[in-house]
Amino acid sequence: MQCPKCHAPMHTYNRNGVQIEQCSGCRGIFLDYGELEALTRLEAQWVQQAPPAPPAPQAYPAAPAPHAPAWGAPHHGHHGHHRGFGRMLFSS
Amino acid sequence: MQQQNDALVRELDVVARRAAHAGAPCRACGGSGAVLADRPDGTVVRHGDAVAKAHAPDTEAAAHRARLAAAAHPRLAGIVLPPLPATVQEAAGRPVSAWPYGSPVDPGDPEAAPWEEAAVLLARLHRVPPGELPGPLPAMRGPAKAARAVARMAAAGPHPAAGPVRAAWRGLPAWARDEAPMLGGGTVCHGDLHLGQLVRHPAVGGAWLLIDVDDLGLGVPAWDLARPAAWYAAGLLAPDVWGRFLGAYREAGGPAVPADGDPWPGLDVPARALTVQTAALAIVKSAAEQRDLDDVELSVVDACARIATLPAELDALGPS
Repeated sequence: MQCPKCHAPMHTYNRNGVQIEQCSGCRGIFLDYGELEALTRLEAQWVQQAPPAPPAPQAYPAAPAPHAPAWGAPHHGHHGHHRGFGRMLFSS
Repeated sequence: MQQQNDALVRELDVVARRAAHAGAPCRACGGSGAVLADRPDGTVVRHGDAVAKAHAPDTEAAAHRARLAAAAHPRLAGIVLPPLPATVQEAAGRPVSAWPYGSPVDPGDPEAAPWEEAAVLLARLHRVPPGELPGPLPAMRGPAKAARAVARMAAAGPHPAAGPVRAAWRGLPAWARDEAPMLGGGTVCHGDLHLGQLVRHPAVGGAWLLIDVDDLGLGVPAWDLARPAAWYAAGLLAPDVWGRFLGAYREAGGPAVPADGDPWPGLDVPARALTVQTAALAIVKSAAEQRDLDDVELSVVDACARIATLPAELDALGPS
C-alpha cells in the first residue's frame, strides 16, 4: 500500500505478532484496528518483564507533548485575548 | 464609608512617609501618597521609597506577626521583601505594615514577566527548613482562599456558570477545600502566587523578590505552582512559558514536583482548586459589574466543567 501522507510505498513488519505498515519514505507508521491496543499491551509487558526494547522505528516526527492533566484544554496559549488574561495574571 | 477610607489612606500616607524618611522631614517627595491598591483585603499607599499597607480586617493577629517576623528574618533575605519598621500598628481596625517600594511586573507584557525568577524564588522559599524561621508559622492560606472564593460565589446568587464550578469544587479532596489539615504540608509556602506578587528592589535594576506575606505559611508547596499550572491547563498560558517556569523551578531544586517526568500527580489537586477559585471569583466579579463572562473567564469555567467529569477515584490519590 501507499503512504497516505507522502505516497511512498509502505512495508509490512511483524513485531511480536502485530502487523505494522511503515512508510519507506517518511517512516510513518500505519496501524490497523486493534493494533495500537496490542502494542500497548506488549509495551506494558516489556516494562514489567525487563530487557530493554529495541529502538522502535520512528513514527511521524512530532514534538513531545508537554505533560498536562486529564482535564487540560486541547489548545494552549491562545492569542487575541491577552487583555483579559493579563488581568488574571495579576489578581488573587 | 468613603470618608472612612480617605482617613485610612491619610494614615497610611503618614506611615509610609515616616518609613521612607526614617522619621526625618520629607523634603524631596512632596505631595501626598499614591494609592497603589485599595481592596477590602489590602490597601497600599506609596510615599517615595516606602509603602504602607493596611491588611484585611479579619487578619489573625498572632499569625500576622509570625508572617511579618518570617519576612524580616535573614533566612528569607533575597527571597521575600523584608518589612520596614512601622510607626503605627493598626489603622481603622486593620493591622498596618510598612515596606520598601519595589517596582512591579509590567502588566502590559506578561510574556516578558520574570517567570523563571518567580520559579527560582519559590524553589528557594520551599527549601527553607521551617525550623530556621521564627515560629510557629501558621498554615499557608491557599485552601482557605479557595473556600472563601466559592463561598463568595454562593453569596452572589445564582449564575448560569456556577454549576460546573460547584461540581469541580465538590470533587476536590477535603484538605484542598480547607475542610481537613493538609497532609504532608510542612513546607514554607507563599500561599498566593501571581505576577502581582513580585517586585524589583531596589526599584531600578534590583533583584526580583516575593511580596505579600498575608497567606504565607506551612503547606503543600505545589499550591504555589498551581496558578500557572491552572492557567496552562485552561489553555491560557502558552506551553513554552509554563515549561520555562516549571523547568526553572526544577533546576533550582524545588521540592513540589519530581526533578523530571510527569509533574501532574502532585500538581493536579492544587491546580484544580485554583481553577475553581479563579472561576468563582470571575463569576463574583462579572456579576458585580453586571456583565457576561469574557472569553478568558469562560476558559476557566470550561476547565471546571472538564474537571467535574473526572472519575471520583482520582480524589482518593490525595496529595503526593
